[in-house]
Amino acid sequence: MSKAKDVKKVKVTVDHHLEEGVLRKVTVDADIEGKNEKGKIDFAALRSGGFIKQRQKDKFTVRLKCPGGRMSIDKLKVAAQAAEKYGDKFVHFSVRQSLEIPTVDYRNFDGIMQMLETVEQGIASCGPRVRVPTACGGCEYNPNGITDTQRMAQESTDRFFGARTNHKFKISWSGCPHDCIKTAGADLGFQGGVYPVWDEPKCTGCTICASACQEDAIHAHPETGKPIFDAEQCIYCDDCVRACPTLAWQEGKKGHIVRIGGKAGRHPLLATIVAQFVSDEEAHTIIDTTIKWYQNAGKGKGRTRLGVILREEGMMDSYMKTLEEAIGPEKLVSNPPVPQKIVIHPQRNPL
Amino acid sequence: MSQEADLKISEFLDICEEVCPMSFILTKKKLDSLEDGQVLEVLCQAGESLRSISIQMKDEGHLIKSVKREDENHFRIQILKGGGEG
Ligand code: SF4
Ligand code: SF4
Ligand code: SF4
Repeated sequence: MSKAKDVKKVKVTVDHHLEEGVLRKVTVDADIEGKNEKGKIDFAALRSGGFIKQRQKDKFTVRLKCPGGRMSIDKLKVAAQAAEKYGDKFVHFSVRQSLEIPTVDYRNFDGIMQMLETVEQGIASCGPRVRVPTACGGCEYNPNGITDTQRMAQESTDRFFGARTNHKFKISWSGCPHDCIKTAGADLGFQGGVYPVWDEPKCTGCTICASACQEDAIHAHPETGKPIFDAEQCIYCDDCVRACPTLAWQEGKKGHIVRIGGKAGRHPLLATIVAQFVSDEEAHTIIDTTIKWYQNAGKGKGRTRLGVILREEGMMDSYMKTLEEAIGPEKLVSNPPVPQKIVIHPQRNPL
Repeated sequence: MSQEADLKISEFLDICEEVCPMSFILTKKKLDSLEDGQVLEVLCQAGESLRSISIQMKDEGHLIKSVKREDENHFRIQILKGGGEG
């Protein structure tokens, strides 16, 4: 065998503070496929990232793509084998639900990727792009769930994952107002909600709904026991509907509450609600519209999160106008406030 | 406030001191020991406990026949086994 034949071209993508479009070629010596001969690897600019440089020389964390934190058993088994072969003695679950295989030598990228490909297990993203959407269990099996968060996480991954944006762009799906996945801290968050409607003739005045509502939105009439509803207190949790034994409470408007502009990090922002009870398809339209608006509004602004841009003069209005063009006015919140700062020195840094 | 006060009670359970998930498991076990159409009476706390039991019993296909306020903080619920839609 000639030397040239042994040198297998391995294409890896590394995104550790490497901006896309900056084609930096780094040539390194690499052992290829367990042979002792040296080969070459080109670190080109990446498409979607997912290999994160560790502090240890030559070692990377390989972040797997797990939409909604779900992984089939066959994928999990192969991931475990891959970790055993190429990683250290453990795996790590990222805060955004991705299974990570730490301490993989970059010379093994090709090997680990080939192994994961046998079960079509993809690599997640990092850097300035749409990350893998996160989701709670949702209505498929969580008793509180109103929306099918798992399906929506999968669909939004298929449609939007990896799209290039100014900065990271995180989408999250919560099934109900418990908001276990913390949509209030997402760039774009969707949280299930139900507006309850009451059908008086079916009501027996049992008072269960008044007891079930944790928000003081329902009081039992002192004589009849029938509900007195205070819509201003209602957070759309569906408890009254699920508790009512006679189906007097029913689901009226139902869908996703849409939050935008949240983020964690050194300067956290609380997302603001821009629309209510949107359908699954409208949710996808909103994601598409928001990414495009962000790409546009972010031109020339470098690594700036969506929420930061929305706080700039006139930007919230511009966004709402774009959103109205996309889904119409009915479900929009009128004049939503900008995302709110969470600051460490409130006296010195006004909100 | 309640309906049909004169149901025949087959079993009684006090879950006032229990929290999730034991409140549910105990109620479920008691219901498992009954036949469809029999009634279990449960004494529970107002608030979270009543809320959860109402929702869970409905999910499991039973029917809450009546709810009576025992005192400020306690409710007496009568559950008809297998009487729900679920
Ligand atoms: S957000 Fe709601 S549906 Fe989702 S896990 Fe939490 S309680 Fe369950
Ligand atoms: S949906 Fe939730 S908050 Fe609204 S009235 Fe029903 S139980 Fe109360
Ligand atoms: S739980 Fe249903 S039947 Fe009972 S008081 Fe409320 S609306 Fe009426």
